[in-house]
Amino acid sequence: MKLLEKLDAAAAARKALLPNGVGAFGIPIEEVYSATEARIGNRRVLLLGTNNYLGLTFAPECIRAAHEAIDKEGTGTTGSRMANGSYYGHRALEKEFAEFYKCSSGIVFTTGYQANLGTISGLVGPGDTVLIDGDSHASIYDGCILSGADIIRFKHNDMGDMEKRLRRLGDRTETTLVIAEGIYSMLGDQAPLAEIVRLKKAYNCILLLDEAHSLGVLGETGQGLVEHTGLLEEVDFITGTFSKSLCSIGGFCVSNHPQLEQLRYVSHPYIFTASPSPATIASTRAALELLRTGTHLRKQLWNNCTQLYAQLSGAGYHLGPDAGPVIAAIVDTPQQALLLWQKLLEHNIYVNLILPPAAPEGKSLVRCSVNAAHTTEQINYVGETFSKLYSLVN
Amino acid sequence: MTDSNYDEIMRLLCDRLSALTDSELLITPDTNLISQLSIDSIKLLNLIMEIEDTFDVSIPINGLTDVQTVRQLADLVYKVKSTS
Repeated sequence: MKLLEKLDAAAAARKALLPNGVGAFGIPIEEVYSATEARIGNRRVLLLGTNNYLGLTFAPECIRAAHEAIDKEGTGTTGSRMANGSYYGHRALEKEFAEFYKCSSGIVFTTGYQANLGTISGLVGPGDTVLIDGDSHASIYDGCILSGADIIRFKHNDMGDMEKRLRRLGDRTETTLVIAEGIYSMLGDQAPLAEIVRLKKAYNCILLLDEAHSLGVLGETGQGLVEHTGLLEEVDFITGTFSKSLCSIGGFCVSNHPQLEQLRYVSHPYIFTASPSPATIASTRAALELLRTGTHLRKQLWNNCTQLYAQLSGAGYHLGPDAGPVIAAIVDTPQQALLLWQKLLEHNIYVNLILPPAAPEGKSLVRCSVNAAHTTEQINYVGETFSKLYSLVN
Repeated sequence: MTDSNYDEIMRLLCDRLSALTDSELLITPDTNLISQLSIDSIKLLNLIMEIEDTFDVSIPINGLTDVQTVRQLADLVYKVKSTS
């Protein structure tokens, strides 16, 4: 049983940090009432820890589309895209994503995690290099590891550091894939895309941008950071997820490089898994249309974001550098963060707790995710409760 | 690369690891980074970035999968530096 002992050690470390069975991780949600409320235990709580940025989880258009797809095509495809899992809806959604980003082609993956895993491991391999932001999501790290390419990190959003590492690579930059994210999930800050594009051009690299958290949130039609910065045509590959603003599950990659299509034949995370269910594809297609035309939703979302960011900042909390749908209170110790998280839950507010090493620079995070369906009163209540609890972390 | 280069790498690693941990344990080449120093993955990755800057080399973090002790880390840095 020696093999299993390291799991015991991990369990002991977790127990030491989270005594008395406090379930901050994987908390059981008993009932979901709406895009903003659910029941945890016997509490009706405000949901401030979801990625439901446009508040579309109960959009009638998406629910209707999912129902119709189940009635027409059943509950699952039971097979890979490579075999029997490419229905009309899968192909239609790929076309719609490609058109949305004005790209020549698009590929749909079964999860957002697999979109990064499959794209990265398909694009680079042993002998190539990936240059990634130090705060990259685990799906990016895992995709890089799966690829077998050499992985080099640069300091988070530090363009001087990125250029230094590009310079060191010398001729190898021509086989280097640079990876950044539209909005980073821990602190909610945006990548300095204009500078990244300048460097990728200067060093002749390929650039992949993950718009997981920025899709639906940034840009006039919600394309993400590429639209917000006017740099859509400068990014070689764009990946993203359906599980945030699009309120289902799945992922995509779009590009104008014709080689993207070859990923269908070399990418294991695309091939060796069942394709998304018909209902998932149908609700995602409906949500993409709502996202594209959802200027009013983005306006409401940003009103909520700026309001809560201002309230938390005004209360004294140390926050990430940019106001946005991810607003993280940066706390010195895990114990302070846990106490604040518990007290918020006692006030019927559910947020995310993030402890080291997942949180940057050894800090802990009490992270809020704002959405367009939150009312001004709900946001006010959250802001006031955080203010009241500030002494716990000061 | 010479033995003195290797010694320099080892000395630097011991100094930096000592600063990164709360442990009062004397750090030797055989010290285990995880079980004895409790160096988490992010601290180790950040240490690699520091070492890259100190020696002006690129050290792919893939190489860390085989690293458990200070000596193995020094070997990795020495190997990269020797071939750069």
